[in-house]
Amino acid sequence: MISQASNYRRRAIVDQIMRGMAILATIVALIPLFLIIGYVIVRGGSSFSIAFFTEAYRAPIALGDDIRSPGGVLHGIVGTILITGLATLIAMPVGIMAGIFLAEYPSNSVAMTVRFCTDVLSAAPSIIVGVVAYTLIVRTTGAFAGYIGSIALAVLMIPIITRTTEEILKLVPQTVREASMALGAPKWWRTLTVVLPAALGAIVTGVMLAFARAAGETAPLILTVLGNNNLSYNLMAPIAALPLLTYRYTEQPFPVLNDLAWGTALVLTLMVLLVNISVRVATRNRLR
Amino acid sequence: MEDIKAHRSPLALQRTVAERTIGHVQAESRTTRLQIANFSFYYGAFEALRDISMEIRDRQITAIIGPSGCGKSTLLRSINRMHDDTPGARGKGMIAIDGTNIYAHDADPIMLRRRIGMVFQRPNPFAKSIFDNVAYGLRVLGWRDRNAIAERVEQSLRKAAIWDEVKDRLKSSALGLSGGQQQRVCIARAIAPQPEIVLMDEPCSALDPIATLKVEDAMLELRRDYTVVIVTHNMEQAGRVSDDTAFMLMDSQTRAGLLVEFGATGNIFTNPKDQRTEDYISGRFG
Repeated sequence: MISQASNYRRRAIVDQIMRGMAILATIVALIPLFLIIGYVIVRGGSSFSIAFFTEAYRAPIALGDDIRSPGGVLHGIVGTILITGLATLIAMPVGIMAGIFLAEYPSNSVAMTVRFCTDVLSAAPSIIVGVVAYTLIVRTTGAFAGYIGSIALAVLMIPIITRTTEEILKLVPQTVREASMALGAPKWWRTLTVVLPAALGAIVTGVMLAFARAAGETAPLILTVLGNNNLSYNLMAPIAALPLLTYRYTEQPFPVLNDLAWGTALVLTLMVLLVNISVRVATRNRLR
Repeated sequence: MEDIKAHRSPLALQRTVAERTIGHVQAESRTTRLQIANFSFYYGAFEALRDISMEIRDRQITAIIGPSGCGKSTLLRSINRMHDDTPGARGKGMIAIDGTNIYAHDADPIMLRRRIGMVFQRPNPFAKSIFDNVAYGLRVLGWRDRNAIAERVEQSLRKAAIWDEVKDRLKSSALGLSGGQQQRVCIARAIAPQPEIVLMDEPCSALDPIATLKVEDAMLELRRDYTVVIVTHNMEQAGRVSDDTAFMLMDSQTRAGLLVEFGATGNIFTNPKDQRTEDYISGRFG
């Protein structure tokens, strides 16, 4: 009896210690997150103004010792939406169809190869994708352009969309596929009418998360879209993008431009956050 | 009482006349719809079914009973080639509908499945409205006429004994129904294209007793128009609904499924010819 009681006490203590460590680890993991978001909000928020959202770049003006920048980052917001939007248009059909292929024909050798390549690609550093895009497209065409950035971002998005789609389609119960099969539906019809609709919400989530990931990529854009100080809607020419502005303005000697860098960082963070939250709200009802 | 007797007597007569075992020539009113002859089934090198032969009669309910792992479901799924996508799975021997071998080289599994409806162990409605679930098979067949589809959907739901419960919410999701209701919607879905044969793989194993009775009512309703083959663990159910019964066992050495005895349900349950059947039915078998 005595040994049983002490055994119980020992287990209770171990339980307390382990729980404490788990809570501590969670806090440690969350500290950088809150630090980053908080710091970006504090530093970036102060540079927000009407001109920040309605103006493109303007050269800093010196009034005595006071150096001011009357410009904003509208060109970056527009550029990021255009570049990432085009990238999504390219990556979405390719990624979803590849995901369908992997999920519906899982064990042939082509699928194995595709799955392996997808894994390698999703682990590839984005700068490498940028270098390849630079060498193959920028050097060949002889010009930097927004669409080349879109292609580079699409290459980064495709493996994410592919694997999300595959994983989600695998979760669609086999019994539902069998029901369709037993009704004499050909495989393509079954995939289109039963499997895809059941997984649609989750696939959209995957696409949006890939969009959010791509919107923050900087390295591939440096080598492909170059950047632009003026507001431009032309993806066939160099164009601005928020991560590029953050990178360039951080390097500048003028504190006003450093402040703009914080502002663009905050806009980018908010955009990604907005996409994430809207995806969660939109798909909440589907997750039963 | 007189009415009931008059109604039931032809059925009782039929059951006594219809006594058959493998190899015997039958003498009864219903013709053979589905013939299984020397059928074996393999998963790779593993023999799951060995040399099964039986004749399933038109517009009768045939029950396949037996302990877990004896190959009941494998046999049922062989009838509409559900194993086609499983790597290494293949059948040997013959399963013929109206004399045409479905395992012939030129047999098209998709056309075959359009002649056979199937109801599964767990209710598996699509994440669509009740209406669209039942209409699915019709749309597969290329039906476009809305009125014709609506008419057939109602007819099928009535046959499956679920119409009154869902007629006011045909547009709402089938996933919102209870398990028993879902299963009857699945039955309606299976019979909507008016298949010739309906296969049911333990259709009541996930249902409570009341839902089970409702599904059994639906089965008896189906019996008027369709040939029904049902796999069940529940011997009372086989006794209640079926006309013929096949008893299967797993070979203790090779683990292959064997057909022990096949005949009219009344005979199998009251006067089995094989000792193993008797042991199983009387509950002496594990």
